[in-house]
Amino acid sequence: MSVFNEAWDWFTTSTNWHGEDGIPHRLLQHIGYTALTTVIAVVIAVPLGLWIGHTGRLRGVAVALTGALRALPTLGLLTLVVLWRGIGLTPPITALVVLAIPPLLAGAYAGIESVDPRTVDAARGMGMTEWQVLARVEVPLGLPLLLGGLRSAVLQVVATATIAAYIGLGGLGRYVIDGVAIRDYPQILGGSLIVVVLALALDGAFALLQRLAPA
Amino acid sequence: MTWVRANSDRLVELTWQHLWLSVVPVVIGFLLALPLGWMASRYHRFRAPALTLGGVLYSLPSLPLLVIIPGIIGTSFLDPVNVAITLTLYAVALLVRTVADAFGQVSAEVLDAASASGYSRWQRAFGVELPLAGPAMLAGIRVASVSTVSLVTVGALIGVSNLGSLFTEGFQRYFTTEIIVGMVLVVSLALVLDACWVLIGRVLLPWARGRTA
Repeated sequence: MSVFNEAWDWFTTSTNWHGEDGIPHRLLQHIGYTALTTVIAVVIAVPLGLWIGHTGRLRGVAVALTGALRALPTLGLLTLVVLWRGIGLTPPITALVVLAIPPLLAGAYAGIESVDPRTVDAARGMGMTEWQVLARVEVPLGLPLLLGGLRSAVLQVVATATIAAYIGLGGLGRYVIDGVAIRDYPQILGGSLIVVVLALALDGAFALLQRLAPA
Repeated sequence: MTWVRANSDRLVELTWQHLWLSVVPVVIGFLLALPLGWMASRYHRFRAPALTLGGVLYSLPSLPLLVIIPGIIGTSFLDPVNVAITLTLYAVALLVRTVADAFGQVSAEVLDAASASGYSRWQRAFGVELPLAGPAMLAGIRVASVSTVSLVTVGALIGVSNLGSLFTEGFQRYFTTEIIVGMVLVVSLALVLDACWVLIGRVLLPWARGRTA
């Protein structure tokens, strides 16, 4: 297991903790991209998913779209978006948003659909408006699946942001991509382990959140 | 099109490499998930840890896992085996839950009826449970197959050649055509494999025809 010792040496080298290419900066970048992407994707996908779930309209389109997007290779989409839109922050973030939409959309409409139609009818019968039905009945009851969609989306973004280092995005993926270029295996391994720990921490946080969610 | 014709040999070669890197993990993953999922559905103590482990494994990012594997098992960094092993782990993680759910939905009455007709434990598992759980398991295999075909491309980042190499080369040469051809081939391969799984399902599980899996 000498490679892990070397990765440990990489961790404990103090120059790896400072400056632009330091671990704290790269970690914060990675979290920043993940947060930015997730917020944009949530703003787009969740209202759309709630509307699809509530009205039942466009459901077939949404199912087909989420399925098709899943088959698209991430790396292909990332490289293509750069060739089309140039380098910078916008193209990779756009690609990450596109990839985060399917799980969020699916979580939102599946969450609303999972609510017993009799409960929804009862809410309408009590005189609730459609907005009240959505906000006070469907969303709270569909919350576990909604959160499940958010969880997959966030993990997907953390993983894809690592790959996006290939097209010039910062973040923890830099250690892997730059390490491959110069055959620096300790750096590749060290960077990868940080991404894995980040993913596990986020996954654990969501598991806790889902358990605490009123359902 | 001219580019495709000029490079057809290479495209065929990359497609074959991509094909085996996609099929082997799904098949081995399913063979490993089968006993694990069956145990998870039959023994309650085994269920939570098996499904949790699968969930955690599935949440691990692909590129990091791909480069950590050689560090653990001591293979060469560029060995395609690393890609196969990483994707097998994902397939197992995904399929353990599907297999457990598939066995779980076989009704207890049917199992009791089989036992009452004199089926031994093993005869019942292979002659009754497996065929009845088959259609739901096939649905899981199809999901795993599509996502595996797409994930193989990540291997190109560490120099394992497959259709994903068209993305890295196209990117380095600023050649859009190559990337688009790669996308079309990857998605087509996923669709063709999916059709194969459906066909295999028709042959092996004729009783599921006309029913949704």
